[in-house]
Amino acid sequence: MRTMALIKRIIKQMVRDKRTLALMFVAPLLILTLMYFLFNGNTVEPKLGVSGVDTSLIKALKNADIKVREYENVTKNTVVDDDLNGLLVQKDGQMNLTLQNDDPTSARGLQAKVNQTVVAIAESKLIQQNPALAGMMPKKIETNYVYGNKDTVFFDVLSPILVGFFVFFFVFIISGIGLLRERTTGTLERLLSTPIRRGEIVTAYLAGYGMFAVIQTCIVVFYAINVLNIVLVGSIWNVLLINLLLALVALSLGTLLSTFAASEFQMMQFIPIAVVPQIFFAGIFPLEGMADWLQVIAKLFPMFYAGDALRGVMYKGFSFSEISGDLLALVIFALIFVILNILSMKKYRKL
Amino acid sequence: MNPTIKVEQVSKSFGKKPVLNDVNLTIEKGQLYGLIGPSGAGKTTLVKMIVGMEKADAGSIHVLDVPMPNLALLQEIGYMAQSDALYVELTGEENLKFFASLYKLNKEERKKRIAYAADLVNLTGDLKKRVAAYSGGMKRRLSLAIALIQDPKILILDEPTVGIDPELKLSIWNELLRLKNEDEKTIIVTTHVMDEAVKCDYIAMVRDGRILTSGTPNELKALYGTDDFDEVFRKAGVKQS
Repeated sequence: MRTMALIKRIIKQMVRDKRTLALMFVAPLLILTLMYFLFNGNTVEPKLGVSGVDTSLIKALKNADIKVREYENVTKNTVVDDDLNGLLVQKDGQMNLTLQNDDPTSARGLQAKVNQTVVAIAESKLIQQNPALAGMMPKKIETNYVYGNKDTVFFDVLSPILVGFFVFFFVFIISGIGLLRERTTGTLERLLSTPIRRGEIVTAYLAGYGMFAVIQTCIVVFYAINVLNIVLVGSIWNVLLINLLLALVALSLGTLLSTFAASEFQMMQFIPIAVVPQIFFAGIFPLEGMADWLQVIAKLFPMFYAGDALRGVMYKGFSFSEISGDLLALVIFALIFVILNILSMKKYRKL
Repeated sequence: MNPTIKVEQVSKSFGKKPVLNDVNLTIEKGQLYGLIGPSGAGKTTLVKMIVGMEKADAGSIHVLDVPMPNLALLQEIGYMAQSDALYVELTGEENLKFFASLYKLNKEERKKRIAYAADLVNLTGDLKKRVAAYSGGMKRRLSLAIALIQDPKILILDEPTVGIDPELKLSIWNELLRLKNEDEKTIIVTTHVMDEAVKCDYIAMVRDGRILTSGTPNELKALYGTDDFDEVFRKAGVKQS
């Protein structure tokens, strides 16, 4: 009864605050859309200058999606002057590749392509001279993919984590500031001077803001899958379930941390401490590559489990039983935060 | 008959800082009791302990013969804090309805109490407006109406007249006197304004967490041989130290 009254009040307040509603429902879609276009931009063909290279190699390089430009003479500055990604010079039988390396990733890609092409040309020349060698050369490698396919891009792996992170971030902020305002305006104190139980307040907060979190989660997930065509191999219901549990964790963590904030500004100060690191441990960087102590810390972050589960379902097509461990971890996080929430309200009323 | 509120040898400190030291109070039914003293004297802590939001380190507090803190007894206490503590996104009526629904009241009673409380503080015509559009005085009045919403036997008001204009101040005091006389409510009011002391039935002067002196306004005036409460307060302080 009292819980219902509180839930109704929270809903009324939220509905009247149009800007906050917009932030919760529209902002994640905007950012997700932006990220989608950023990561799905067309890859630019690298520009390679060549000098003294024979025609068969130039042809092969062009076939490997490289823009080739031939030079008679080259100087030290050719790469920079003509904004080339690389320059391949053959002199006295010696090959020399100069990379601009302004973007290490694309430089490395170009280097690999050039190497492959040069080796392939050398092989085919050898076989021409001595056909008997043909059988000894390695055959072309067939590649199979366990998850995804040859067209998989980084965004496909990143997007499940982003979906989860936005849910986490916006629910954290809005519920945290909601309870904080209740503290700073004195209404929490007034609430606690009525016969309401602390548990009832926490329950109402979880349910009231939880409803908005559910709506937000549905909007974000459906938008990501149906409009942005983000890869979804597993069940959408599992995706929703993970996000809902994550929202519950964010909700309880947000309200808990707001206990330690005296103002909205201080609440914002929790973002770099409690929210941003979540994304580092969400699976964008592989856990195996982290230092041992960092691996231990990673396991203390809810997003670690949510990211693992979301990637499992959306990209790898995991079933419920395969993500149950992650789900359990999220439930435990939420439970701990809820209990701490109820205890932290003792600050305002001892009973 | 036992007193409505009995505070016995109560001490309280926050960390190492003592806030209240061996406080004793007895408040009878239907009394308008004033706790008077400068800011930081411990008045708010004392009333919060009577409401049961803080717990005494030592000593005991009984309200209506029940040891505090007690959750069920909050039904009988209307508490108005120093801040207005209203939901500004909601209308006056929604605020009243919300707080009313936190108490044990049936639907019929709730409706009646909301109408009664709004009428009492002269806000009936403004109930449909959002609190954000209220003036400071209207907010204070709404806050008072909320403290009265469950028809409590005891009303505890922490600095109810701070920062409001003289006319409104007078109307709030008239209201308190009416509640006391007609409805036999027991009322505790804290204030740091000495001229409000004379309106109380009984006053306790608080400073540095101690009760300096207490009695009816006339008793105190006679005791310290002056008509001026500032003087009473000063003399009581001198005597104490």
